[in-house]
Amino acid sequence: MSRTALQTALARAKADGRAALIGYLPAGFPDPDSSIKVVEAMVEGGCDVVEVGLPYSDPTMDGPTIQRAADTALAAGTTPPDVLRVVEATAATGAAALVMTYWNPVERYGPDRFCADLAAAGGSGVITPDLIPEEAGDWFAATDASGLDRIFLVAPSSSDRRLRLATQASRGFVYAASLMGVTGTRAQVSGTAERLVARTRDAIGDGGLPVCVGLGISNRSQAAEVASYADGVIAGAGFCQRVLDAPDLETGISAVRSFAEDLALGARDGRV
Amino acid sequence: MPPATPDPDRAEVPDAGGHYGPYGGRFSPEALVAALDQVAEEWEKAKNDPGFRTELDALLRDYTGRPSLLTEATRFAEHCGGARVLLKREDLNHTGSHKINNVLGQALLTKRMGKPRVIAETGAGQHGVATATACALMGLDCVIYMGEEDTRRQALNVARMRLLGAEVVPVSVGSRTLKDAINEAFRDWVANVETTHYLFGTVAGPHPFPALVRDLHYVIGDEARSQVLDLTGRLPDAVAACVGGGSNAMGAFAAFVPDTGVGLYGFEAGGEGVSTDRHAAAISGGAPGVFHGARTYVLQDTYGQTLPSHSISAGLDYPAVGPEHAWLADSGRVTYRAVTDAQAMEAFRLLSRTEGIIPAIESAHALAGVRELGAELGPEGVIVVNLSGRGDKDVDTAASYFGLVDGGGETA
Repeated sequence: MSRTALQTALARAKADGRAALIGYLPAGFPDPDSSIKVVEAMVEGGCDVVEVGLPYSDPTMDGPTIQRAADTALAAGTTPPDVLRVVEATAATGAAALVMTYWNPVERYGPDRFCADLAAAGGSGVITPDLIPEEAGDWFAATDASGLDRIFLVAPSSSDRRLRLATQASRGFVYAASLMGVTGTRAQVSGTAERLVARTRDAIGDGGLPVCVGLGISNRSQAAEVASYADGVIAGAGFCQRVLDAPDLETGISAVRSFAEDLALGARDGRV
Repeated sequence: MPPATPDPDRAEVPDAGGHYGPYGGRFSPEALVAALDQVAEEWEKAKNDPGFRTELDALLRDYTGRPSLLTEATRFAEHCGGARVLLKREDLNHTGSHKINNVLGQALLTKRMGKPRVIAETGAGQHGVATATACALMGLDCVIYMGEEDTRRQALNVARMRLLGAEVVPVSVGSRTLKDAINEAFRDWVANVETTHYLFGTVAGPHPFPALVRDLHYVIGDEARSQVLDLTGRLPDAVAACVGGGSNAMGAFAAFVPDTGVGLYGFEAGGEGVSTDRHAAAISGGAPGVFHGARTYVLQDTYGQTLPSHSISAGLDYPAVGPEHAWLADSGRVTYRAVTDAQAMEAFRLLSRTEGIIPAIESAHALAGVRELGAELGPEGVIVVNLSGRGDKDVDTAASYFGLVDGGGETA
């Protein structure tokens, strides 16, 4: 199987001696066309990878910022075909494009068809925050058939057995949820993150699967801290917040670009 | 994958992963898996522990008031084709509904797990009141999430929960009803799982909740089965219950599932009609999908987004149903039908006027269904209907519906 754009992006960051910067934005936020402009600003600012969110009505794992962004996207009429369009535009920037989605929209779309359409749009893989490997039999087959990476999550509460399960099931990277909580910016990165990454690397063994850390990263110093021990730094709510706070789209896009630049510097600082 | 062909007579459902045929399972954030495993393991130990069972049985007897009565509703039955109608009186339980059976068991489980804090969600408030009650009894901290819309519809129950020492958190996102309260409670649980048990209120959610809640309500049908045998010398022709998430119905049905001669009937909230977009009938008007941690029937659009539900009953206003019901529906062992708001309110009034019992509006859906069933079965028929709760909390809604307030025009 040839390397996905995601795998290439992570390898390139590693070769550069830095952590990769991974940004999240729900497709269709604040509306489908504008979300493409926001993603372009994220990439211009330094995101190597963009997680394009599929907005969902019941985002149990998300805090108020991302739920507001997703609600805005749904109110703007965003559908899975719009998500694929944003993925296509993301891939066109040169960044690797992932989809982050709760499971029901994929099940409804049809896992095989979803993967085929995503691969055709230039997507590299999918993150599924409410799908655990035990329920993912059909998903393994669908992602294998389309050559997509499938990214499972690990949490501070995961047992060693479950860390092995999630890392063996994942391809591209494994997503380490740095703290026990939902998405949203935090004043401090949880102290549990570094320990979780170390335990996850033990579970991976010699496989070399990258470990990227998300939840709560909101500034350059936090990005640097995470970059000192992880392969990738994931930020989402901070991007959404800047669009929500801006008086108009142009201002929001400019703030998003600056935020990405700041985090990208952090992703480098951490390796100095 | 588990076998796709449901066989409801087998006692081994769910499987170890919480599957009921293709339904159930655990679609949950990884962060919660350890806690879900802990609940599942502790429940397996507890239900086989004679000490735990003795303690729970004593609470059910001396605190809840079990066994609940089986009352023959002869005057109501005159409006049900003449069939005998037997009311399983869960409304007589302490706190006024079946919900207390589940919360006492889970509160004891919380103490076994050494957790000092309980969170719960509530729609109509029955589960919230029951949870606040159990927490007061056992000295546990208690936070109840409730949709802002429901706090308005059920203001009396909000006051009751606060009197019992619980913190009530109105949820102002999404549709501001039960489903959003559940989302918010899951978020709290992810962040506080080490100290907190999520005392889930119905037979939905990720494994082990559907099985755990069913097991704790099994007593309803178990008692009813023995009571109806004593009263009539035979098993009933039908057992009927309302279905939102489906906890009272699962409790009423479970003991009868192996009795294949007993028809089982679940009555969903048909709102303004299943053909409209204003109902909460997940089986009659939804499609299989994944929602709140399990695969089951869900009201959803083409793209898998949850559709808003509607019912005059806050307690049935939920866009999904427990996964075991989904499986029992596909197998044909249980028949699910929808009852409209208007039919339910007519049955609400009828039971009040004929028997002197004001039912919860949830239960009135089952009573409306029984009127149809009775006509189908005729005078030889015997129907047990689970009267899952009493209508104190619904008096405002009913008074407004029937125009009973301040010369509002009630003349019937």
